[in-house]
Amino acid sequence: MNWTWFHRLASPPHVYALAGRLTPWFAWPAALLIAGGLWGGLVLAPPDYQQGDGFRIIYVHAPSAWMSLMVYMTMAVAAAIGLIWRMKVAHAVAASCAPIGASFTVAALVTGSLWGRPMWGTYWEWDPRLTSELILLFLYLGYMGLRSGLEDTQRADRASAVLAVVGVVNVPIIHYSVTWWNSLHQAPSVMRFDRPAMPAAMLVPLLMMLLGFTLLFVALLLTRLRGEVLTRERAASWIREALSP
Amino acid sequence: MSAPGVALAPERAAALAVSGAGAAWLALLRDLTLAFRRRGQLVQPLAFFAIVTLLFPLAVSPELTRLREMAPGVLWTAALLASLLALEFLFRDDAYDGTLEQYALSGQSLTALMFAKSAAHWLLTGLPLALMAPLAALSLGAPAAAVAGIVASVAVGSVALSLIGSIGAALTLGMKRSGALLSLLTLPLSLPVLIFGARATQLAIAGEAYLAPLELLGALAVLGVTLAPLAAAAAVRISLE
Amino acid sequence: MSNQPLRVENLHLWRGERHVLRGLTFSLGRGTCLQVKGPNGSGKTSLLRTLCGLIYPEEGRVLWDGEDVRRDLRAFHARLAYLGHEPPLKGDLTAGENLRFWVGVRRRLSLADLDAALARAGAGGCSARLVRTLSAGQRRRVALAGLALLAVPLWLLDEPTTNLDADGQELVGQLIAEQLARGATVIAAVHHDLPRAVPAIEQLELAA
Repeated sequence: MNWTWFHRLASPPHVYALAGRLTPWFAWPAALLIAGGLWGGLVLAPPDYQQGDGFRIIYVHAPSAWMSLMVYMTMAVAAAIGLIWRMKVAHAVAASCAPIGASFTVAALVTGSLWGRPMWGTYWEWDPRLTSELILLFLYLGYMGLRSGLEDTQRADRASAVLAVVGVVNVPIIHYSVTWWNSLHQAPSVMRFDRPAMPAAMLVPLLMMLLGFTLLFVALLLTRLRGEVLTRERAASWIREALSP
Repeated sequence: MSAPGVALAPERAAALAVSGAGAAWLALLRDLTLAFRRRGQLVQPLAFFAIVTLLFPLAVSPELTRLREMAPGVLWTAALLASLLALEFLFRDDAYDGTLEQYALSGQSLTALMFAKSAAHWLLTGLPLALMAPLAALSLGAPAAAVAGIVASVAVGSVALSLIGSIGAALTLGMKRSGALLSLLTLPLSLPVLIFGARATQLAIAGEAYLAPLELLGALAVLGVTLAPLAAAAAVRISLE
Repeated sequence: MSNQPLRVENLHLWRGERHVLRGLTFSLGRGTCLQVKGPNGSGKTSLLRTLCGLIYPEEGRVLWDGEDVRRDLRAFHARLAYLGHEPPLKGDLTAGENLRFWVGVRRRLSLADLDAALARAGAGGCSARLVRTLSAGQRRRVALAGLALLAVPLWLLDEPTTNLDADGQELVGQLIAEQLARGATVIAAVHHDLPRAVPAIEQLELAA
C-alpha cells in the first residue's frame, strides 16, 4: 500500500499550514451559531413553566458538559492513534485537547452550580452529573500534571496517552458508580435535560449551541495544535520559512 | 563448537524454558523476600492506616453512635491512602537498579511480571489492611458480627486498588517528586472502589446483606486483573525508552 | 541461520533535539565482538538500547537471523542479554539469590550451575553474602556470572569493565572470549579498549 499521502498529511509543516487554513472555516460558523443560539435561548425562547428564566443557563451548561466528555473522547482516540501508529501529530492533537476540555469542564461546573442556586437553594449539590463532572476535571488535571511532570516530550506523549486510554475505560465505570451511589442517598434530582416534550423554540437554540460549541472546539483545537507543532519543531528549518513574512 | 561453561540457549532451549507463570511466581517471591528483609517498611502502611482512623474520634467526637455512622467512610479513606502510600515504592528501586530493564528484556511477558508485582503489593499491604480493618471498625463502634463483611470487602477492594495503583506508579516512574501527582492520577480512578467498598462495609455494619456491592467490587477486581497489568507494562516500557 | 546473525540497517535515532544515530548500518558475524567507542553523549548507550528494542528508532531496523526483531520482540529478547551501567542486583539479597531470581525468570537453573558460574567469574565466596556488603568490583563479577548463566547468543554490554581492577578486566576479556568461542556475538560500549584476551574485535566509532 502507498502511504505517502498519509505521511505527507501527518508531516509537521503540512499540519501547521493545513490547521491555519482550516481554522476560519470552523471559527466563523461557530461564532454565528453561538450568537444565534444565545439570542434564541436567552431572548426568543419562552420561560420554563417550572423554573422560569433560571432554566436558560442550560444553553451554556449543557453544551459545556457535552463538550467536556466529547473532548476527552477525542483526546483518548488521538492518544491511542499516537500510541499504536507512533504518530507524533496525533500526540500533539491529544496534548492540545486537554486544556480545552478542562476549560469546558470548569464551565460546566460553574454554570451547574449557578443553576443549583435557584433550583436547590445551594451552590453545590452532590448531584451525580455534577459529581461526575468534577471527577472528570480531576482526570484532566491528572493528564496535564503527568505531561508537565515528564520533561522528555516523547515520553510525556506516550505516558499521558496510556493515561488517557485508561481514563476513557474508567469514565463509564466512574459515572455508573457515582449514579449508583447517588441513588442510595438522594431523591432523583430536579435537573433534567431529557424531558420528553421540549418545545421547538427552546430546543432549536440548544441544538445550535451544541453545534456551535463543537465547531468552537475544533477551531480552538486547530489553533492550539499550531502552537504545539511550533513548540515541538522549534529546531526545524521549515519554521523559519513558515514564519518569515 | 564447544567451550567450557554452559551451552548457548538454542541447543537446550526446550529443557531450560521457564513458563510465564513460573517467571511471575519467581518475581512475586523476589518481591516478598525483599520486603521481609526490610520489615520496618512493611509496618508503615499499617501504622498509617491505624493513625488515620484514630484521627476521626479525636477530630469529630468519641460518641460511638456518630462514629459508627462514619466508620465505613473512615475505613475506606484510610485504606485508600495507606495503599497509595506504599505505591510510590512499587517500582522505584527496580527502576533504579535496572531490574525493570531486565524484566522488559527477559523474553517473558512483561504483563505477567507486572501482575506479579501488583500481587506482591496486595499481599504486603491490601491483605494486612483487610485483616486490620475489623480492629479499626470495632474501635469505631461496629458490631462484632460485621467483621466477616469488612474483611471480605477490604480484601477484594484492595485487589482493585493495587492494580489501579500499579498503572499510576508506572506512569510516574523516574519523576523526582511523584507523590502528589501519583495521588492525582490514582484517586479519581479508585473512586468506584471507594463507593462500592464503603457501601458494602456500611451494610455489613448495619447487619444487612452486603453481597451486591461486594460483587461489584469483585467485578472491578476482575476488570483490574485483566487490564491493569497490560497498561502498567506499557507504561514501564515507555519509561525505559 | 546465516553466518551474520545480526544486521543493522540505516538506523536513525533522535534523542530530544539531537540526531544521535545517522543512518548506521553494519552486520556482525558469529564469534565476533564489536567494540563501540566514542565520547560521552555520542550515543553508545542509546545504540545498545535501540539494538535490544528498548528504544524505538525513528528509522531503520535491526535484523536477527534475517528477520526484523520487531516481528517477535520477545523471541529476540530470549536470545540476548543486556547489561547496563549498574548491575541489576539487589543489595538486600545475597549474590546467589540475586542470580536465582534474575536468571531464573528466564531459564531453569541448578545450584551447581550457579556456583560454577560464580566461581568462574571469580566471585565464588560471595554466593551467600548480601550484595550490599560486596565491593563494586565484586558486584560486577556477580553480574557477569549471571550473564554467562543466561546462555544466550547475543551479549550487549555497556561499559563492562568499569569498577574492575586489572584482574577483573582480564576476566571480562576471558569471559567474552569464551562466549565468542561458543559462536556468540558480543557488542560492548567502552571508554577504554577491551582487554587483549578478546579476539576478533571490530570497531565502531561514534562521533559526538
